[in-house]
Amino acid sequence: MTLAERAYLPAIATGLAITIKHFFAKKVTIQYPEVKRYLGPVFRGRHILKRDADGRERCTACGLCAVACPAEAISMVAAERVKGEENLYREEKYAAVYEVNMLRCIFCGLCEEACPKQAVYLRHDEFVPVFTERDQVIWGKDLLVEDMNNRYTREAWTKEEAHLLDAKRANGEATNVVPRAIP
Amino acid sequence: MDLVEFLVKTVTIVAVFGLTLVIAMYSTWAERKVAGFIQDRSGPNRAGWGGLLQPLADAGKMFFKEDFIPALANKWLFIAGPSLAMLTALLASAVIPFGSTFRIAGHEVPLQGVESNIGILYVFGVVALGVYGIMVGGWASNNKFSLLGAIRAASQNISYEVAMGLSLIAILMMSSSLSLGEIVAQQHGMNWNIFYQPLGFIIFITCSFAECNRVPFDLPECETELVGGYHTEYGSMKLGFYLFAEYINMFISSAIISVLYFGGYNYPGMDFVYEQLVKSLGTEVGHNIATLIGTAVFFGKALFFVFFYMWVRWTIPRFRYDQLMNLGWKKLIPLAIINILITGAAVLFLKPAITAWLN
Repeated sequence: MTLAERAYLPAIATGLAITIKHFFAKKVTIQYPEVKRYLGPVFRGRHILKRDADGRERCTACGLCAVACPAEAISMVAAERVKGEENLYREEKYAAVYEVNMLRCIFCGLCEEACPKQAVYLRHDEFVPVFTERDQVIWGKDLLVEDMNNRYTREAWTKEEAHLLDAKRANGEATNVVPRAIP
Repeated sequence: MDLVEFLVKTVTIVAVFGLTLVIAMYSTWAERKVAGFIQDRSGPNRAGWGGLLQPLADAGKMFFKEDFIPALANKWLFIAGPSLAMLTALLASAVIPFGSTFRIAGHEVPLQGVESNIGILYVFGVVALGVYGIMVGGWASNNKFSLLGAIRAASQNISYEVAMGLSLIAILMMSSSLSLGEIVAQQHGMNWNIFYQPLGFIIFITCSFAECNRVPFDLPECETELVGGYHTEYGSMKLGFYLFAEYINMFISSAIISVLYFGGYNYPGMDFVYEQLVKSLGTEVGHNIATLIGTAVFFGKALFFVFFYMWVRWTIPRFRYDQLMNLGWKKLIPLAIINILITGAAVLFLKPAITAWLN
């Protein structure tokens, strides 16, 4: 070692210079409960059962989501649509009960991919909140089905769309995509 | 000693202790804030504005934890450990000159707990006692790791006290006084000791890091080797006292550094400011305000060094034990002795030569 290295002090001064630079640097912290980070248009948060533009439930209770689910979190009971319910359910068969066990769910999004009717989605903007009671764990249709007065909108409904959007933004192109409710 | 003088002294001492405790309290907050800032985080910011109530929350937590004493520990010494640490840490603050004097109704009241003509010697004595708090606590815990930490603290403090004392002798040779008040008064204006004793300052600050058991010399509580070091068995407010004593020590040593090397309450242009204040506000009020400005300057310097302690803590990794001992015995002590020789030669030959040349 040279004398300067053995004297420690030059190295310590360099180190102090580095840390003081960080002292005045912009903080990376996001003040979470007040400020929420945008996680992208296809982030996988809590589930939603979509309705179509007329407000009819899209789900036809085929059970493909339950089959695809690796955590076996989804269960449903199918029922046949009767006359006069055409404004409620889009298909002739619908899910009378649709339950997701939020403790089992791993938010992989395979249900979303399996769904042939584009009925089930994982919201990009909301998480499953913290449970404090055991009856809050299994979410039924009351929590899952979309509210027509407050429709769930997003900028991209598929991964491909989202990638396209990202690429456009990376190129600096104008991307004023209006979030839309229908996939 | 008449009653008035006694009361004045009591008030000053209580004020000095209170001030030291408040500063130590907010040092814990500042430490976490500085740690956060240096690591690109924002530090505590939930309790109160900017996290300013965090020390109170911490103290509240400490008080409400179980006050546990291990079954095989020596009960009295176990309690005496943190008490001693607190006591010795606070004692040193009594002789620090926080400012010049206050004039109240024709009386001159020095802003110093005790004006002692052996101030610096007293500080050294008390600081040397400080290791008892750690040693007693570590031994009384009846735990191998505590004892190892305590022994490390003792050997480290003894090793570095030698170099610290030697680096100080150079200052004393220049000031030819042991009184802290006198040493500060000699550094009037910008005539600070740092310009005459840069080497001594580096030795002194290194040793004060070691004396305070701060990073990079925090081997007594080195958690990777010794669990928690001397306070492994401590919890609740007893642990709080140990940690608190460390912050008090930090403030005290920062204050001592600014007194010895950075002119305490002196600042460039102080005579001009004093004259202006006395001219416009009268001898009493003007003098008091000038003193207050000096005190603010003093606290600015002391708090900068507290910040420096934290800054270093989040920069330098911990020394290994043999490196620590090598640095202390083989580098700092010879350097301090060389410093004494140089200072002696300068006082003996250079100073008369310069004085003769100037005249």
